Amino acid sequence: MNYFENDLTTLHAGLVNKQFSVVELVKETFATIKQREPQLEAFLALNEEAALKQAATLDEQGIAPDQLLAGIPVGIKDNIVTKGLTTTAASKILENFNPIYDATVMEKLAEAGMINVGKLNLDEFAMGSSTETSAFKQTKNAWDQTKVPGGSSGGPAVAVAAGEIPVALGSDTGGSVRQPATFNGVVGTKPTYGRVSRYGLIAFSSSLDEIGPITRTVKDNALVLGAIAGHDDHDLTTSSKEVPDFTAGIEDGVKGLRIAVPKEYFAAGVADGVKDAIKQALAEMEKLGAVVDEVSLPYSKYGVPIYYVQACAEASSNLQRYDGIRYGFRAKDVKNLEDVYVRTRTEGFGPEVKRRIMLGTYVLAAGSYDKFFKKAAQVRTLVCRDFARVFKDHDVIMAPTTATPAFSFGAKVDDPVAMYMNDVLTIPSNLAGLPGMSVPAGFVDGMPVGLHIIANSFDEQTMYRAAYAYEQATRFFENVPAIGGQN
Amino acid sequence: MAISAEEVRHVAALAKMAVTDEELTKFTAQMDDILGMVEQLQEVDTTDVPMTYNVTDARNVMRPDEAVPGTDRAELMKNVPESEDGYIKVPAIIDESEEG
Repeated sequence: MNYFENDLTTLHAGLVNKQFSVVELVKETFATIKQREPQLEAFLALNEEAALKQAATLDEQGIAPDQLLAGIPVGIKDNIVTKGLTTTAASKILENFNPIYDATVMEKLAEAGMINVGKLNLDEFAMGSSTETSAFKQTKNAWDQTKVPGGSSGGPAVAVAAGEIPVALGSDTGGSVRQPATFNGVVGTKPTYGRVSRYGLIAFSSSLDEIGPITRTVKDNALVLGAIAGHDDHDLTTSSKEVPDFTAGIEDGVKGLRIAVPKEYFAAGVADGVKDAIKQALAEMEKLGAVVDEVSLPYSKYGVPIYYVQACAEASSNLQRYDGIRYGFRAKDVKNLEDVYVRTRTEGFGPEVKRRIMLGTYVLAAGSYDKFFKKAAQVRTLVCRDFARVFKDHDVIMAPTTATPAFSFGAKVDDPVAMYMNDVLTIPSNLAGLPGMSVPAGFVDGMPVGLHIIANSFDEQTMYRAAYAYEQATRFFENVPAIGGQN
Repeated sequence: MAISAEEVRHVAALAKMAVTDEELTKFTAQMDDILGMVEQLQEVDTTDVPMTYNVTDARNVMRPDEAVPGTDRAELMKNVPESEDGYIKVPAIIDESEEG
């Protein structure tokens, strides 16, 4: 199946009209994956037997016209637990971890009839912006295999961009869905904090983590978010707000839409080509009837330092559980219990994860708590207030998703501060819990650029409507990478 | 220096991780860089600004106190690295080499 030319709506129509069966679709998908994987290395594990079994069951039942997602293949970032299917978070410490339950999003996808075809690569425990910290594989950018795929959801973004699968789920703590979506020229969404259950998402930073879909088109993205959203008794930070149909009104256009453009998001460090692409996007939005306004988010520049205090503090606590006792990797030839802990963690975690655990431990220590942790939490309040002020008289914020297109392997992996600056434009919306998405916005030197759209809390509908209008006017999704014999 | 090698060794030990001398040099330089970047937060006046450590609107969520089926014990034991008679097996807490 050619996922470059079919969106979820046409795939669904094909299944309902029996132009092809679910089994045929799933078999073709695995054939494509196997053909393209040697070049990309996006997958950590395939779920072929179970997927084909589920496909056969769906074929027996038939796909009804209202089962919009039934029979559609989906790939899952490997920090989302899948019952009976090894889930590693791309860490040696979980290399043999076989979950005994499904994440809530997996239950919801199964309810919708979507078929999990496999688990996708990421930075170890989702800590990174290039997928280079994975303990297992180096996933390559779909457009240029000498460049990083972005991260931490590198596997999900590449698999969708390269046409291996039509949909993937990623997770976004500081930009981990949106940045790789940009780097690979696909659509990636971080929903409002509390919109999607985190139950079964391997915890990194619980106040920031959020699961979101990666797709080729905006409407596909809205459809999948609708399927995974909603309150969950297993995650009491999920909102009890009703989940709207995110595709309703998506085609209504942007006449009168009030767009805020923060001047800080075009500051030094943003490449000229990226600035030009986003300025063109804003001109396009004005042509479509939107009103574009420059605004200021003065505290946004503190997003990265706040993030590295809070995310690391939360990570140091969340990752205490990996001690080699109840599950996962346990170091061999240990002398005593203390040795089990220390050797397991020393051998099981990679350098990026260790560095973040140590930083988190440091900022929470008695002598530095006020200076770092308390201060960061206070400045986070100011970042939230910045956004609240702008959304009083604007509907969405637009800016570049990343300062540059994808960079080369090894360029930043030894310089954490340079790597962390990758997320400078995406982190503030995580800190404020706001929904944000990246939509393809053209190319700089052959590499994709992304338009970042941020909306007010629980207003994904307006975000999708703006994204759809832009996507339909520009149709950058029609450009596809030369992969798997396409060239 | 925002952080010394000794402090890095100390937090590694608190987090139950060992670092080699070579790693210590690298981690200290990198963490010093990161803390240097974090230092810019000090320029912000946060007098009377409350802390934000989560952005959920939920407060004190209650549920009925009703028994629900738990997880099967045998299932839970499936991922345990070493077990015996339904118990998780770990090495002695006291160093065995010291006993002999």
